[in-house]
Amino acid sequence: MTEISSNIKKFDVEEVRKLFPVLHQKVNGKPLVYFDNAATSQKPIAVIEALKTYYKGYNANIHRGIHTLAEKATKAFEDTRKRLSSFVNSNEVEEIIFTKGTTESINLVASSYGRKFINEDDEIIISGLEHHSNIVPWQLLAEEKGASIKVINVLEDGTLDFDHFKSLLSDRTKLVAVNHASNSLGTINPIKEIIAVAHEVGAKVLIDGAQGTAHLEIDVQELDCDFYALSAHKCYGPTGVGALYGKRELLEAMPPYQGGGEMIKEVSFEKTTFNDIPYKFEAGTPNIGDVVAFKYALDFIDDLGKENIASYEHELYTYAREKALTIPGLRIIGDSSNKVSVLSFVIDGVHPFDIGQMLDASGIAVRTGHHCTQPLMDHFQIEGTIRASFAVYNTKEEIDRMIEALQRVVKFMKA
Amino acid sequence: MMSIVERQEEIIEEFAILDGDMEMTNFYVMELGQKLPEMSEASKIDDNIVKGCQSKVWLTAELQGSTIVYHADSNTAITKGLVSLLVRIFSGQLADEIVTAEVFFPEKIGMERFIGTQRSNGFGAMIKQMKLYALALKSKIEA
Repeated sequence: MTEISSNIKKFDVEEVRKLFPVLHQKVNGKPLVYFDNAATSQKPIAVIEALKTYYKGYNANIHRGIHTLAEKATKAFEDTRKRLSSFVNSNEVEEIIFTKGTTESINLVASSYGRKFINEDDEIIISGLEHHSNIVPWQLLAEEKGASIKVINVLEDGTLDFDHFKSLLSDRTKLVAVNHASNSLGTINPIKEIIAVAHEVGAKVLIDGAQGTAHLEIDVQELDCDFYALSAHKCYGPTGVGALYGKRELLEAMPPYQGGGEMIKEVSFEKTTFNDIPYKFEAGTPNIGDVVAFKYALDFIDDLGKENIASYEHELYTYAREKALTIPGLRIIGDSSNKVSVLSFVIDGVHPFDIGQMLDASGIAVRTGHHCTQPLMDHFQIEGTIRASFAVYNTKEEIDRMIEALQRVVKFMKA
Repeated sequence: MMSIVERQEEIIEEFAILDGDMEMTNFYVMELGQKLPEMSEASKIDDNIVKGCQSKVWLTAELQGSTIVYHADSNTAITKGLVSLLVRIFSGQLADEIVTAEVFFPEKIGMERFIGTQRSNGFGAMIKQMKLYALALKSKIEA
């Protein structure tokens, strides 16, 4: 705890909050408390300004233009790629492909890698903690190819049953797709170990990093992961942008995902040759402005320091967990000790929708429902949870406000 | 017996007292839901679920003499309160009046602002279902 406290002093949350204009408003007559960060985080002023600057100053289509604005836009776009490459520590900048987001990144792998390398009777392993976006693309692929899907069991504390995972692996396993952290529960998965064990049977591993990017250190080389998918909007960047990291040899062996401009080398009606990576996978004009602005989100995270962010968020989570447990009938779903800052809970006899709406009436934004993880909710035999997910700009005072509001709801409902 | 219009005006007056305070409004709506007569468990079947609602809403209607009586329940307290408002305005009315009624109170009490667009759509689905029941029972009377 001493270590955590000393780390936190490195940044002042009030100063951080000043960087986020959206936080300074009233909702339903009360100061906004934004606890829906696992759905999307808010954007610092630098990201908002970068978007404005791009559209006001140098909007142009990238890569083939020879005029000055095109040069400037291309440089800014490619700067984000370089920045992201260093952010995840990829060996080469070309291993970073821009997409619409994590969902598209996963679909890219399923469509391109999956269609070429996964065949009849092959097996794909996913986990019981996955978001629908890391389930459905594999189901579509498995159905098309006659492959099958195996699911790693989830234990009572919301962690994965590692022994079960090992028992599922065989020479038929071609791909393992798991998340870095669970969006519903916050559980951090032991992805380094998962990758190592999967590689022993020759399987490739895709990590759904949507919930990891803003909170956890990512070093794709150290992890030795084959694919890492992420979204900008979950880590203080714009919506509509994400990325796929893939190892060069895999990306080169994969066929294009979509056809169009950008991704070709030469086109004739007889034959088309394809561009090199990453452009082979970036057909059409990309979301240039948002990619450009994404760099400033990554700068924001690195300026604060991932370690500082993790320490502070852990302190927020621990505080919220302790306070939440004082509420009669409250049960935390997924109460493992190794989590990102997600408090997912139910209250006996009160529907999550009612709590969500009551909190909104107090200006507090949380998410309620199945969080796009229906199989996981079925596992816990619940319809859904109330999920409060914290970010670096949240405070203990805000948590107190949520707890007070919850106390009022419970008092009313149980009266 | 108050008319559908009078019952709506009564609801508008009650909500005016809450003065737009969202938390108080929620509590009030839930309180109204608690007062809704219990629906029999046997009626809570999939066939009676109103399609298009985010929460589960069960709705049935029966003829009592020449008027229609509605029964409803929901798995969420706020939605139960909302459907109770509709039961209040429509229950005990003649089929013809229900079918042709204009439901104006949601807008006057700022319901969309308070329950959001998606739930407002669900609320619209409840009204439509109640009118359909009235229409069906009306043809039963006429037959």
